[in-house]
Amino acid sequence: MFIGQPIPRREARAKVTGHARYLDDLSMPGMLHGVTVRSPVSRGILRDIQYSPDIPWDEFTVVTAADIPGRNVVALIEDDQPCLADGRVNHAEEPILLLAHRDPSWLEEARRGISFEIDPLPPVYSIEDALSGREIVWGADNIFKTYLVTRGDVDAAFEEPDAIVIEGDYETGAQEQLYIEPNAMLALARGDDGITVWGSMQCPYYVHKALMTLFDLPGEKIRIVQMETGGGFGGKEEYPSIIAGHAALLSWKSGRPVKLVYDRAEDMAATTKRHPSQTHHRTAVSRDGRLLAVDIDFVIDGGAYATLSPVVLSRGTIHAAGPYFCPNVRVQGRAVATSVPPHGAFRGFGAPQSLFALERHMDRVAAAVGLAPDELRRRNFIETGQTSAVGQVMHDPIDMAALLDRALELAGYREKRARFDAANRASAVKRGIGLAAFMHGAGFTGSGEDHLASIVTVEATRDGRVRVLTSSTEIGQGTNTVFAQIAADALDVGIDQIEVVQPDTSVVPNSGPTVASRTCMVVGRLVESAALTLLATLKGAALQATDFAGACREYTDRFGPLRGSAQYQAPPGLRWDDERYQGDAYGTYGWAVYVAEVSVDTLTCEIRVDDFVAVQEVGRVINPVLAKGQIEGGVAQGIGWALFEQVAWREGRMANAQMTNYIIPTSMDLPPIRVVFEERPYAYGPGGAKGIGELPMDGPAPAIANAVAHATGADVARIPIIPESLMQLLERAVV
Amino acid sequence: MSDPSIEIRCRVNGEDVELSGHPMTRLLDALRRQLHLTGTKEGCGEGECGACSVMLDGRLVNSCLVPLVHAEGAAIMTIEGVADGERLHAVQQAFIEYGAAQCGICTPGMVLAAVDLLQRSPHPTEADIRAGLSGNLCRCTGYMRIFEAVVAACVAAPGRPGSSDTGARQ
Repeated sequence: MFIGQPIPRREARAKVTGHARYLDDLSMPGMLHGVTVRSPVSRGILRDIQYSPDIPWDEFTVVTAADIPGRNVVALIEDDQPCLADGRVNHAEEPILLLAHRDPSWLEEARRGISFEIDPLPPVYSIEDALSGREIVWGADNIFKTYLVTRGDVDAAFEEPDAIVIEGDYETGAQEQLYIEPNAMLALARGDDGITVWGSMQCPYYVHKALMTLFDLPGEKIRIVQMETGGGFGGKEEYPSIIAGHAALLSWKSGRPVKLVYDRAEDMAATTKRHPSQTHHRTAVSRDGRLLAVDIDFVIDGGAYATLSPVVLSRGTIHAAGPYFCPNVRVQGRAVATSVPPHGAFRGFGAPQSLFALERHMDRVAAAVGLAPDELRRRNFIETGQTSAVGQVMHDPIDMAALLDRALELAGYREKRARFDAANRASAVKRGIGLAAFMHGAGFTGSGEDHLASIVTVEATRDGRVRVLTSSTEIGQGTNTVFAQIAADALDVGIDQIEVVQPDTSVVPNSGPTVASRTCMVVGRLVESAALTLLATLKGAALQATDFAGACREYTDRFGPLRGSAQYQAPPGLRWDDERYQGDAYGTYGWAVYVAEVSVDTLTCEIRVDDFVAVQEVGRVINPVLAKGQIEGGVAQGIGWALFEQVAWREGRMANAQMTNYIIPTSMDLPPIRVVFEERPYAYGPGGAKGIGELPMDGPAPAIANAVAHATGADVARIPIIPESLMQLLERAVV
Repeated sequence: MSDPSIEIRCRVNGEDVELSGHPMTRLLDALRRQLHLTGTKEGCGEGECGACSVMLDGRLVNSCLVPLVHAEGAAIMTIEGVADGERLHAVQQAFIEYGAAQCGICTPGMVLAAVDLLQRSPHPTEADIRAGLSGNLCRCTGYMRIFEAVVAACVAAPGRPGSSDTGARQ
C-alpha cells in the first residue's frame, strides 16, 4: 500500500539538482523575446499610440488589438475583458501593445519609446465609491454579481426580547500570490499547423479555450503544454490565458517562437491578487450564547473586469456563516467593479475573507455574552445531521468539538490565557492567544463539478508500465506523487511502474482546472476509478491481474491498446439549486481549529507569532509529508496576510511591486507550526481523502487577530495588522 | 549598438570557462545563457529572494547582483555542481526525504544556502538555521520541512557530501 506513506516527491531529485525544466529554461532557435506595453492610467479613451522616432521599429514585431485574428476577449466566464485594450482602458497596467525582438536587452528602451494618448475618465478606487454609483465603470451599477442566501426568519429573530445584538465591520486587504517563479510563456504559431504554447500555469484547458476564441481556431489546432511550474496559489489560474495569448499573437505575426517572461515588478503590478473585502456582521445571540440570527453583508472588490469574481464571491458567501448552526441566516454577497487591475484566484478563493470577519466577530460575540471564545463556539458548532446556512444537510460525521479540544490541549490554551492575562499587566510586551474554527468546501461549488464533467485516462503499455493522463498540474502541491500513489494502490503494482504524464492538451483529457482543492479528491478519485476500469478490462478478458505485466502483454498482443477512463459522477444524493442558491454546496468539507500565540511589543507595535497549532480533519491523508507541507505553507501565507502583506495602492496602481517592500514571511518570521490530522475517511475520495490545499489559508488570520486582541485589548477589525495600524488601535484601546 | 564588451575567465563547478559581455551583465544571465546552467533561477532580480544564489569564492551571493566584471578569476559553484556526479549531497538527499522541495523554484538557492550554512556551522542550532536561510524566500513550505531537512543533513554527514542511500528518515 502506498496510500498513507510518506513517498518522496517524484520530481524532487530534478528539483534539488537544478535539472527541473521551468519555462524560462527553454530556448528555441530563432526565438524572439516579448514585452507588454501597458496603460499608465486607470481609465480613459485611448486616442492614439505614438512611436518614438529614435527606435528602429522595423526590427521589432509590434502587435495591437488590430492584429487579433479571432475575438478580442479573454474567454473565461464573461466576455468583458479584452486581450489587448482597444479604444478604452479600464485599469492601470492594462495591456495595450506587444513588442518582440531577438535581443531582450533592446526591449526595455523600445517599451519606453511607446506612448499613449489617453483622454482620462474618472476612476473608482474603493468599494464605497463603487457602491455609491456616482461613477459607473461596469454594467449598469458597478456590480458583477449578487448572491442572497436566506434561511429562517432573520428579522423576526432580531426582535426576540431575549436577543443580544452585536454588530461589527471587518476588512481585509489585497494579497499578492508571490509564487517565486514569475509568469512565463513560450509560443510557436505556425499558420496552418496551429499554435503550441508552453508555460507556467495551473489550468492548461483554460488557456486552450482562451486561445481558440482569440485565434478563432478549432481545438485540435491549439496545443498547451505545462512546464514545471514554480508555484501558483491561484495566481496562475486565469491570468496565464492572457500571457499565452500575447505570446501567441507575437509568434503569429512574426512567424518565430516568442518567449514572454514577466519580471517581478510586472508580475506583481499587473497580475491578479486576492480580492480586498468588507464585511458587516449583525448577530443576535441568546444570553446563554446560542446563535439566534446572523445577518451578513459581504462585499469584495473585483477590479476592472469580472474574471473569476462571481465564483470567488460564491465561495466567500457560502462560507460566511462558518462551521456553526443557526436557524436564521441571511448572507448578502456582492462583487463590485473598480478601476484597479482585476483581482482573482488566490488559495481559499473568497472563504478566507468571509471567515476572517466571522471568526473575529465570534470573539466579540463571546465577550458580549460573557463566555470564553472557545465556549461560545462549542455551543454553536454545526453537528452531524444539522442543516447549513445554504440548506445542506450535513450527512457526513462532523466533530468540531473534538478538533477544538485537541487544538486547545496542544496549544495549552486555557493555561496560557490565564497566565498571559496575569503577566501582561506588568509588561510592555503583551502576550495573547487566539483561535479560529472553520471549514472549507472541497471541489467546485454546487453543480460546478457536473458542468466540468472531468475525464481521466489510465493506460498500460505492453510491458506493464502505467501512464496516468490528466490535465491536473503539479505546481508544488504534490499532484505527481499523490496520483502515482493512488494508481499504484488501485492496480496493486509498484509505484515505480507509474508515470504521471506532464499535462499537454494534445495528449491528456480535460480533467478540469487545478484549483478549488479538487485535484486529490475529485481528480484523484477519477484516477482511482480509471485504474479500476483498466483492471476490470483485464479481468473481462479473463486475464488475471496477479501478474500485471504478463496480463498487459497478453491483452495488448490480442486486443491492442489497454486503457481505462473515468468521468466525474456526483456522489449519490447531491442536489444543488443554482436559482435559489440552496442545497449541497460541496460534496464534503475539511474541518479545522487553529490556535495562534502572539507577543506584541507595545512600544514598537511589532507582532510576533510565537506558536501555531493547526488541527484538521481532511479525510484520509494520502501522503503525510506532502500533506504537512500543504498545511504549513498555507499557514505561512495566512500569517503573511494577517501581519505583513500590504499592497500599497497609489492612483489604482501597486506602489510596492517589489519584494523589497512587499513583505512575505522569511525563515525568521514564522513560529513552529504544529500540524495534526484527525483522519476520518471520506467515502467518495480516493482512499478516503478530502481536499486539503486551501483549508489552511482560512484560519491563521482570524486566530492571530483574536490573539492580538487578547494580548492588547485592541479591537482588531482589519488586516494586515501592520505596526502603524496597531499603534492607532492601541491609542484607542482600553487595556 | 556598440556596447563595450569584456571577456573574463573563471572556474564554474570545477571547470575553467570564459564568459563575455558588458561588464555589468548579471552573473545570473551569463551562467544561464552562456553556460546553460539554468538551475540558477531568477525570482526577483533585486537580491531579495535568493533564488539565484551561487557560491562565489566560498561565499553565498545573489548572482542577480553580481556584475560579470566581479567574477574575473573567481571560483563559482552553482546548483549543478553540488552533487558529486550521481551522488547527491547530504542536503539534497535530505531535501528529498523530508519534503523540503515543493514547487522547486527556490530549491536550488535554498540547497546552496543550506550547504553554505553547514560548511560554516556543522552543528547549527535552530536559530542558526533560521538565520542562515533567511536570505532565501520560499512561498510553498512555510520553511518547516526545510528546517527538518537541514537538521537531518547535518546528522547524516556534517558539512560534506553524503551517500545517496542515507537512511536518515526517522
